[in-house]
Amino acid sequence: MIEVKDLTKTYGDRAAIRGVSFSVKRGEILGFLGPNGAGKSTTMKILSGFMPATGGFASINGFNVSNQAIDAKASLGYLPENPPVYGGMSVEDYLEFAARLHGVHKAKVKAAIAEAMGKCGVADVRKRLIGNLSKGYRQRVGLAQAIAHNPPVLILDEPTVGLDPRQIIDIRNLIQSLGGDHTVILSTHILPEVQATCSRVVVIDKGQVVAEDTLQGIAARMTANSRLLLCTQKDPAPLTQQLQSIAGVVNVRAAAGASAGEFSLHVECAKGADPRAAVAELCVREGYGLLGLAQERLSLEDAFVRLITTEGH
Amino acid sequence: MSPTLLIARKDLRSYFISPVAYIIVAIFLLLVGWMFINIFSYFVMSAGQFSQFNMGQKPNLSESVLRPLFGNMNVVLLFVAPFITMRLLAEERRDHTIELLTTAPIRGWQIVAGKFLAGAGLLAAMILATLVYPLVLELVGHPDWGVVFASYLGLILLSCTYVAIGLFWSSRTENQVVAAVLTFGTLLFFWLISWAAHRAGPVWGDVLTGLSLIGHYTNFGMGVIQSEDVVYYLSFSGFALFLTNLSVEAA
Repeated sequence: MIEVKDLTKTYGDRAAIRGVSFSVKRGEILGFLGPNGAGKSTTMKILSGFMPATGGFASINGFNVSNQAIDAKASLGYLPENPPVYGGMSVEDYLEFAARLHGVHKAKVKAAIAEAMGKCGVADVRKRLIGNLSKGYRQRVGLAQAIAHNPPVLILDEPTVGLDPRQIIDIRNLIQSLGGDHTVILSTHILPEVQATCSRVVVIDKGQVVAEDTLQGIAARMTANSRLLLCTQKDPAPLTQQLQSIAGVVNVRAAAGASAGEFSLHVECAKGADPRAAVAELCVREGYGLLGLAQERLSLEDAFVRLITTEGH
Repeated sequence: MSPTLLIARKDLRSYFISPVAYIIVAIFLLLVGWMFINIFSYFVMSAGQFSQFNMGQKPNLSESVLRPLFGNMNVVLLFVAPFITMRLLAEERRDHTIELLTTAPIRGWQIVAGKFLAGAGLLAAMILATLVYPLVLELVGHPDWGVVFASYLGLILLSCTYVAIGLFWSSRTENQVVAAVLTFGTLLFFWLISWAAHRAGPVWGDVLTGLSLIGHYTNFGMGVIQSEDVVYYLSFSGFALFLTNLSVEAA
């Protein structure tokens, strides 16, 4: 449904994205994940036809976004970073304008926007001027605009920014319900968003794709290196060197969040190694008062941070 | 409704959502009204002198009232047009709503044409509102309706060129003031471009005179519609709209 190959965009000699490739199958919800400034919005703007790429190829619904732009755009609902809403228009007038612009027939436009308003929870403000609405409402009006003409492909650039937690849940549920009928790309820098809504994820950093996998795949890839959390009664800093000399230990560093009378260290272990017994024995022998020793599974959050700090450069 | 008309309707409406259009139209009509009162009362005075003392040339409505009235309206339009065109694309860029238009399945020229129709439509409506003055003249005398028609045609063609140039500058910036100043500067420059004609040699002199925005209006003001003048305004507008389209499509 969406094909992106070797997409590149440069401004002068600065590359916003370099050789970005991925694909999205029909009905899939793809999370496009990356820190701010990684090139997410640039990629989305190229896909939406808002700006041309410097190099590479992108297609939507089989239509090349650069030379079959009208057909590609006709298959698309797009929510940009800043919702493209007119402050001086009422919600209803705005949605009607946007839907008609996307080719919804006059006879069907009322029903189409009523459905979109219902789904996005803006029906209660339909008569109000968009300029007088809160950021959360504006965001949802923007989303209603993207889905009103019922496009097969949806590109949503940070759709939950500015929403309160309750609305975030509603919008995530809405996006999830769109999967199947619609193919969705959703960009975000918030991990739980991807976990809550997406079936697959593309991680981008510094303009390049650093991973493309299922959520489980990415988490599994990262748990190859495991980590121990060690809690002791006495400050274990003097033990650092001895700990590091244990076979299988890669690195030792202080862990955050120690409480009174309790100290903790992160002990990072090599792939497949399990030095728990040796670590425990050392602490007991040296009399540091072992309080706890736990093997940590890396969360997706850690995996993400690792991906963009170690693999991507 | 075609995308062009949808956009034109949206922009015409949004002119009247903010107070800007009301203020511009009101100021324009006030100024033109003030000009009319004074030009007309001067005409009445000199016509009285003519019949009393039989001095000078017999004043007529076309030459003494219509021509100066429309000529002065031209100057007011030069100041007013940039304020009307400045927001058309600059505001869309500033508010990021341009993304809605350029990612919709429509062509760049449809956006440009819609915007042009909105700006030119507002100016044309404003200009035609001054029809009340020739009608007043009809009550007291016999204005030459041929001159009236030609002058209005000339004014509207001229305004279309103003709008096209203004639209181009509005597409180049997200700052409305910048768009207005650049538009005004460009319009004024093309008014005055023939000033250099006397020292530019015979060929370039003709070129510069031929480029003058106001030079091509003169015939309309005298009630003469010449195809070269019509072609000049239409092609100037077309060229500016073509550049605007390039600018919009390059985003």
